[in-house]
Amino acid sequence: MSTPLLEVRGVTKRFAGLTANDDVSFTVNEGEIVSIIGPNGAGKSTLFGCVTGFHRPSAGHVIYRGRDITGLKADRVCRLGIARTFQIVQVIADMTVLENTMTAAFLRARTRAAAIQRAREVLSVMHLLDKQAFLGSALTIADKKRLEVAMALATEPRLLMLDESMAGLTRVELQPFIALLRDVRERGVTLVIVEHVMEAVMQLSDRVIVLTSGRKIAEGTPREVVANPQVIQAYLGERYRA
Amino acid sequence: MSEQLVQQVVNGLLIGCVYSLIAIGLTLIWGVMNIVNFAHGDFLMLAMFVSFWLYTLVGLDPLLSIPFCALLLFVLGLLIYRFAVSKVMRGPMLAQLVVTFGVSIFLANTAVMLWTPDYRLIDRTLLSGTWQFGTVQVSVAKLVSSVGSVVVSGALLLFLRRTRTGKAILATEMNRDSALLMGVNTDRVNALSFAIGSGLVGVAGAFLSMYYYIYPQVGGLFGTISFAIVALGGFGSITGAFIAGILVGLVQTLGGYFFDPAYKYAIVFLLYLLTVWIRPQGLLGW
Amino acid sequence: MRTSRLALVVAAVVAAALVAFPFVFTGPFPLHVMIVTFMFATLAVAWNIMGGYAGMFSFGQAAFFGIGAYTSSYLFVTHGVSPWLGLVAGGLASALVAAAIGYPCSNLRGHYFAIASIAFAEIVRTHFNNWKLVGAAEGLTIPMSKGGFLQFQFHHGKAPYYFIALAFLLASLALSWWVARSRMGYYFRAIKESHELAMVLGISFVRYRLAAIMISAFISAAAGTLYAQYILYLDPESVLVLSISVQVVLIAMLGGAGSVFGPAIGAAILVPLSELTRVSLGHKGTGVDMMIYGALITLISVYQPRGVWGLLTGRIGPRAPPAPVAARPVAVQEGSK
Repeated sequence: MSTPLLEVRGVTKRFAGLTANDDVSFTVNEGEIVSIIGPNGAGKSTLFGCVTGFHRPSAGHVIYRGRDITGLKADRVCRLGIARTFQIVQVIADMTVLENTMTAAFLRARTRAAAIQRAREVLSVMHLLDKQAFLGSALTIADKKRLEVAMALATEPRLLMLDESMAGLTRVELQPFIALLRDVRERGVTLVIVEHVMEAVMQLSDRVIVLTSGRKIAEGTPREVVANPQVIQAYLGERYRA
Repeated sequence: MSEQLVQQVVNGLLIGCVYSLIAIGLTLIWGVMNIVNFAHGDFLMLAMFVSFWLYTLVGLDPLLSIPFCALLLFVLGLLIYRFAVSKVMRGPMLAQLVVTFGVSIFLANTAVMLWTPDYRLIDRTLLSGTWQFGTVQVSVAKLVSSVGSVVVSGALLLFLRRTRTGKAILATEMNRDSALLMGVNTDRVNALSFAIGSGLVGVAGAFLSMYYYIYPQVGGLFGTISFAIVALGGFGSITGAFIAGILVGLVQTLGGYFFDPAYKYAIVFLLYLLTVWIRPQGLLGW
Repeated sequence: MRTSRLALVVAAVVAAALVAFPFVFTGPFPLHVMIVTFMFATLAVAWNIMGGYAGMFSFGQAAFFGIGAYTSSYLFVTHGVSPWLGLVAGGLASALVAAAIGYPCSNLRGHYFAIASIAFAEIVRTHFNNWKLVGAAEGLTIPMSKGGFLQFQFHHGKAPYYFIALAFLLASLALSWWVARSRMGYYFRAIKESHELAMVLGISFVRYRLAAIMISAFISAAAGTLYAQYILYLDPESVLVLSISVQVVLIAMLGGAGSVFGPAIGAAILVPLSELTRVSLGHKGTGVDMMIYGALITLISVYQPRGVWGLLTGRIGPRAPPAPVAARPVAVQEGSK
């Protein structure tokens, strides 16, 4: 386990006039759960985009399993084993939950039967099996998010990057979801999650990275980060204590 | 030889001005509600026929029929929006695409049924005759049409930038959601844009009827050309459409001059393809 | 369970009726109507693969149809190549052109793609209209040969054309059904939904878009060869015009774009109707049939965009395998590779 699973080295992303990511560096080791937190507009989603091939970094490198994947297209990155979800959830509206998951499963499954089996397995893990015949358009937002995660899992990733998957979940839905993510990690998937829901961040993360205005301002265990005065000022506010 | 070239350049500029006016109507609709009015060219055709029949039956000079055409097309645009377009805006993409196509086919073939596919021409108007500028011949009707088109385009731009309603339209065009949040009645803006866009093409039709052949299929031709212009200028950009209209007019006449007249429209279609391949945002679009 | 048994019964009845048809209605006109129906149905099935499945709404299907028709005809007229080989050549030529135009258009969506398809088809039509090699505006006449299957010409009645056209349709439907159930079909639907989603699922957006266009082009070209061998004359105005492309879209939409059988249903409704209107209204009302088409398209888009199939089944798209009776959580394989 000497090489980290993911290495982000000095990634900078500039859009016309705006520097969304400014020299961001961190590593993720296999089996970890790493959270990225920060105020809106800090560049978290852009960072995801740079790692997963939706944006080409203006500078810096992304190293995955020892291999430089900077600038590779998103579908390639997915095939290599990095999956992600989106801030605005995307599923196929006209297909059922099962069919959606099958579509994702087809990445590794060669036959229809194998895709169905894999999809059912993943849906079972995500507790969506009872809704497998529902159309994507008929789901609640929370279920859509779970489906999106299921689809990401069905591509059999080693690294799963979740972009605010818990936003909009009620308190009742939150704990099962946290347990689910722990379960996913147990099954050998490394997680990098962007979250605003601090409760989840505190419970799940091995490490937390804090971004503000495109720059990394802190990194450490949840306790360390939460006590960091810069982080408190930039994001958490004085009132928050773990 | 170069005299012919200069003549073609002038011709291109002249027709380009009218193209601009047609394209501005289309880009307004496109920019505001992200719907292509495939019937835009057929609206033009209707305006040309209205002008023709007013001339033939009542003896009204085409120049004077401009307000009628504009008003009629304005109302038609409003009706089509209300009863067809507005209903598919939240529907599947295929429906949005096809609905104005249906209107287009319906209008073009109704015209065939009512008035036969024959070509018509208005032969004697207030503005007959040609002027001579050195070696260049310019028909008075074409000159007035072109200048008139530019004037109307300018008036529209003023309307959009200076009046309250106009600004609401521009705001919706730039960012629909923000406009909604600011209290703009986007449905009314949609309807108004559709109507204004149609009214503009009504004016263009009246102008064209002064010297162009009038026949039911003329809409398809101008419609497709205006797509190319809107793409080149940048979807939603009024100034872009204006500049691109002139450019396309030039491309058409010069293309026909340098290559083969039979291919002059194919060249314009090729221009559309090249624009969306190489620079999808067009000259001035975002 | 009940619906699939019903579906089988319906299919069996329809199959029997189709086979019996030429023996019951032996006159040339009914057979002609059916042949044209099968042909348009094939075209609509082809369109459906790129439009209904993959979301690329083309209004230029006639271009592929015409390229197929012209290729096989030219090869036969000038080089005596068997029309069956010509069919394959036409299909390949069409697919190649599709790839050439599809590649730069692979980022275009919705309206932009639609207009590009119109622009492309018009360029093709203009070109053929001026291309001396294939007769320009006068077109090509296919000389009568001695007839028979190998020559793809039949001089004693239309029944052979009927069965061949039916075979083409069934083959296209089989292909469409297979695509819908396969990985490709699922990928097409992901592409239709969103570019980002397709990428994030590891789907090569460009490759699958090209696949959809090329398959669609090949099938359309085959229909074109059928047309050429049936009518024995073609010119740009009869095979490359926008109105053919529009009719194809309308048929697919009316029947149900995105479903396997929708396009065929649409053809079964619209083509006989349009042929009958043309005959009864004579040629005095040139434009009346298209007028009705136009009104129909508008009404359908507003009131029933999912078409007949959508009406009948309440959904478009492949049917998922039925849920297991008792959903027991299945043991998941340890980790990932």
